Amino acid sequence: MSISGTRVLRVEDHQLITTGGTYVEDLREDALTGAVHAMFLRSPIAHARITSVDVSEALTAPGVVAVYTAADIDLAAGSAGPVGQPWLADGVVRYVGEPVALVLAEHPYQLADAAELIDIDYEPLTAVASIDAALAGETLLFPDTGSNVMQARGEFDETAFDGCEVVLTRTIVNQRVAPAPLEVRGAACAWDANGRLTIWLSTQNAQIARTIVAGGLGVGEDSVRVVTPDVGGGFGAKIGADPEAVVLGWAARRVERPVRWTETRSENLTSMTHGRAQQNTVTIGGRRDGTVQAFRLDVVQDAGAYPRAMFLPTLTELMASGVYHFPKVEAASRAVVTNTTPIAPYRGAGRPEATAAIERAMDLFAAEIGMDPAEVRRVNFVRPEEFPYETPTGAVYDTGEYAGALERVLEAGGYQELRAEQARRREGGDPVALGLGIATYVEITGGDAGGESGRVDINPDGSVTAYTGSSPHGQGLDTSLAMLLSDRLGIPMDRITVRHGDTDEVPKGIGTFGSRSLQLGGSAVRQAADQVIDRARELVADLLEAAPQDLELNVEHGAWQVRGAPSSGSVTWAQLAGQAGAGTLSADVWFGDGAPTFPFGAHLAVVEVDTLTGKVELRRLIAADDAGPVVNPLAFRGQRHGGLGQGAAQALLEVMSYDPDGNPTTATLADYSFVTATELPDFELVDMETPTTRNLLGVKGIGEAATIGSTPAVHNAVVDAVAHLGVSHLDMPTTPLRVWQALAEARKAN
Amino acid sequence: MKVTIEVNGGPVSAEVEDRTLLVHYIRETAGLTATNVGCDTTSCGACTVLLDGESVKSCTVLAAQADGHAVTTVEGLTGQDGELHPVQRAFREQHGLQCGFCTPGMIMATVSLLEHNPKPTRAEVREGLEGNLCRCTGYHNIVSAVVDASGQEVAR
Ligand code: FES
Ligand code: FES
Repeated sequence: MSISGTRVLRVEDHQLITTGGTYVEDLREDALTGAVHAMFLRSPIAHARITSVDVSEALTAPGVVAVYTAADIDLAAGSAGPVGQPWLADGVVRYVGEPVALVLAEHPYQLADAAELIDIDYEPLTAVASIDAALAGETLLFPDTGSNVMQARGEFDETAFDGCEVVLTRTIVNQRVAPAPLEVRGAACAWDANGRLTIWLSTQNAQIARTIVAGGLGVGEDSVRVVTPDVGGGFGAKIGADPEAVVLGWAARRVERPVRWTETRSENLTSMTHGRAQQNTVTIGGRRDGTVQAFRLDVVQDAGAYPRAMFLPTLTELMASGVYHFPKVEAASRAVVTNTTPIAPYRGAGRPEATAAIERAMDLFAAEIGMDPAEVRRVNFVRPEEFPYETPTGAVYDTGEYAGALERVLEAGGYQELRAEQARRREGGDPVALGLGIATYVEITGGDAGGESGRVDINPDGSVTAYTGSSPHGQGLDTSLAMLLSDRLGIPMDRITVRHGDTDEVPKGIGTFGSRSLQLGGSAVRQAADQVIDRARELVADLLEAAPQDLELNVEHGAWQVRGAPSSGSVTWAQLAGQAGAGTLSADVWFGDGAPTFPFGAHLAVVEVDTLTGKVELRRLIAADDAGPVVNPLAFRGQRHGGLGQGAAQALLEVMSYDPDGNPTTATLADYSFVTATELPDFELVDMETPTTRNLLGVKGIGEAATIGSTPAVHNAVVDAVAHLGVSHLDMPTTPLRVWQALAEARKAN
Repeated sequence: MKVTIEVNGGPVSAEVEDRTLLVHYIRETAGLTATNVGCDTTSCGACTVLLDGESVKSCTVLAAQADGHAVTTVEGLTGQDGELHPVQRAFREQHGLQCGFCTPGMIMATVSLLEHNPKPTRAEVREGLEGNLCRCTGYHNIVSAVVDASGQEVAR
């Protein structure tokens, strides 16, 4: 019987619940014996010229081994071009949290003491602390470039909305949030006697990190080994390697000792990249019967101080029209630099912003024409028979059943009864208003156009070692891959080991991000297993003196036999591998032709809003998330839960804020509204499985999907709760203060 | 100063700096690295351990304050024969962990929660674990794990 599709407890868990994972800070490798500890001194000012640097006093502090600033670093420039981030700030600082100096000391407790003695004079410059300030262009972050706009794409057709009965325009803020994985960033590095660096790094992809670190240090890739120990969450913010990793490698070479680094949480909140940070203007036009005829999305991406991920607004453009078949869709984007922490992917990376924009727009349109938001969506969905469906912005959706997803959540949630309850409360003047929010979404997974590596070895004892270029850090992929292999090879899961994250073991790979791992990494190990099976068939044919095509692999017993004649002998994997010799039953493949998949779903959020205080309570969140066939329902549901939590948190609570001078005001975990258990409900999951044809497993990615749907569902619910009081929109996060203010303004306007 | 703390049933003694935090004593001196540090503002609970049976955030206690007292970490929950503690078992069974970073603290907070409230409702679990943050699970399965560990039925 196949185990794929059944709920299987994770192989990862035993260690995690007994002795704990081995995260970077837990490493006790011999190579790290005698390591010095590192700390980055960071800019306390958003925008300033550095006028003098004096480290002499810090150098005399107890335990200090070295203090380095930009002047010491003899590496080629970090990122190419005039807007790249220097390894350590050089002459100018451009955000609070930018690394300015590196302190090395014998004991971690000595670091902060020494850092306080570093004397740096800053001459403040005007800070560009918002998208509006960046566009105004009065102060430029990089005067040589002549503008704060670093990328501008697309233009609009003046006549796009001609002939529409209703046209609405609204600017929607998709606020900046902190990824905040529970494990902050960390690294440990050591050079060996042959001049080769090993760096243990909390990253989502060792192989890309190796390219970045080797490139930064100016050494060949074969001179760098990256090892990814257990990683305590990434959410996109641990893709690759940050500049700090290169500086640490450089410093270890300079002091000729191993170096260890773990940032503090407060450091993490301003120095790890942030996510989202878009300001999107939607224009939607159509008929009063609910048909949308034209949609326009104008994206402004705040890229932070040093642009890193210019593909984010591009992805938002690509996904502009969401699950709808609109005759006319146009999208354009600009990316601007500001004196804030750089922006990079965060769970969803460009797609949540697109979904948030179109799903708010659909609700605005529905409200304007007086139609139920569910009905407006039904009128405009891409229909199942239209797939593959090419959107006007160029995405080619593989498969979907958008209306089906919506109907299922509406039914599971009891939509009609909820609407009736809402009407009752409104009529009765109940101060606790009920709000229903719908979001239907489609997103793109494995959208990076790369593939993934996979290798399967049958060991001489008949056990299996599989190697993947994917880099799971909480997703449970070890378990999912072992399940796939067990089903395919007929070898029990406890005889299968999955390895990843060490570039010496897995030299080629792309990693885990963009919800790519099962569809690409999973397909790769499956393909490798198939090749091993082909090779085995030839060997068994010799052994059993049978024609290869007459042989079958009995997966119940993990043994080869002649089809229809099991009594004529059988060969187990162990017998075969033992005879074949090491390395024979092995296949190493690269899977992927760059075609992404498009998971989709529908979410229904139910909120209560206390109209006297503005307080929002998320009461229910009902989600259909379709990512094709499910390998391990346990992990699949867990990914959805996590996504729902993070997505709802953006709608309700979380925001990384700056004052007008560019000082972060939510820079500790005491100030940042990281979502807790009390602010979330139990989640209600509705299952559906629509396969794709774009990979061997028929699967799509699920890592980000639920985040993408839940943010606009919850956001729409809050607006819906207070719509009858005259509120047509309010931006996220929907904090009590914001809701209360929106209500007060609406009262004034009436 | 010299500090002696009973860690998971055995005494650990060492000469430490006065400012040494209990979490660092556990990790560096006792060499038990399951207990994690997730913040610097006493906000996350990743460092939760039991001090004389009561849950504390070990990043906020000095090793000196624990001198002469008993500390239990997640490593101390597993039986001699490797048998899992009911809370450990329930976290695995209910998929109450993903990356695992919050997990040791979450498990210790749960042990303490169930000590005070042996049959909590889901809402009571949420209240009780408010000081323990998890970025991966959305808390749903953590709540299920606590309910399961308490011997109550879990609707999945
Ligand atoms: S480390 Fe966050 S509360 Fe102790
Ligand atoms: S499992 Fe990752 S933080 Fe809780």
